[in-house]
Amino acid sequence: MQNLKYLLFGTIFGLILYKAEVISWFRIQEMFHFQSFHMYGVIGGAVVTGMISVVIIKKKNIKTIDGEEIKIEHKKYTKGVLIGGVMFGIGWAFTGACPGPLYALVGAGYWSIGIALLSAILGVYLYGIVKNKLPH
Amino acid sequence: MIEFLSQPWPWYVAGPLIGLLIPLLLIVGNNPFGVSSTLRDICAATLPKVNDYFKYNWKEKTWNLLFVAGIALGGLLGSTVFKNPEPIAISTETKSDLNQLGIQNFEGYVPSDLFAWENIGFSSLVLLIGGGLLIGFGTRYADGCTSGHSIFGLSILNWVSLVATIGFFIGGLLASWIILPLILG
Repeated sequence: MQNLKYLLFGTIFGLILYKAEVISWFRIQEMFHFQSFHMYGVIGGAVVTGMISVVIIKKKNIKTIDGEEIKIEHKKYTKGVLIGGVMFGIGWAFTGACPGPLYALVGAGYWSIGIALLSAILGVYLYGIVKNKLPH
Repeated sequence: MIEFLSQPWPWYVAGPLIGLLIPLLLIVGNNPFGVSSTLRDICAATLPKVNDYFKYNWKEKTWNLLFVAGIALGGLLGSTVFKNPEPIAISTETKSDLNQLGIQNFEGYVPSDLFAWENIGFSSLVLLIGGGLLIGFGTRYADGCTSGHSIFGLSILNWVSLVATIGFFIGGLLASWIILPLILG
């Protein structure tokens, strides 16, 4: 039950993605063609808000609701960050969706995007299988 | 309010709202904002655990799985109760660029010329299956996607996420300017 709040937060996130047309294939093409500020505004606005929030959390030493210290872990650099990043970028432009929007589009009834979501799960499985043979 | 919920939301509303999810998830449970790791959790929960990469307690990520189930629910809510006017007002330049790739129908959120069931052909499958595989493989190899790297990672000023984001754009630009015209042309 404790975890049910995350269903609500996810729903809010999904609704924002829908309402701001972030899950639109057309918006993603428009972004990669630099023909509108919209997507840059959404991502940039999220980053600036997130950045300010994190500064406030650190400055005011804000704790979690359970009174724990807030831990912010930095992801580590590997060669995969750039190589995998480029791979994902191609998939993003192909499907017009990153992982969040994949879930949102399937929820919105764009069933063929389910093929992309299942393929993404399979892609992770393939990564797990060949992981140790890849440069990291 | 009703008016607001029936209109598309501008970037200056959506961006900050998404950004607020970062402190929210941290404060309610020390959770980092990120979506693509759930794809791994789904593998660990449903597919044979062929090696150590899938042998971990995915149940600790229940919160994140509920979060992405919520994302789907949000999509459903949007497409039914809080529908946006369509077609989406994308720029005329983008429209003419996409026209040249054979895309005529701009209704909905995905091009029905490519992704409606009755129009699915070889190139659609290349985009959906190829794109999906690259999303899954790529995000795990890069250790994050738009949410975990470009939004959360940049917010905490991690340079690694900047490298990842540059990678996302190299791939996206390559695909949208060169590969897509090759596939659809």
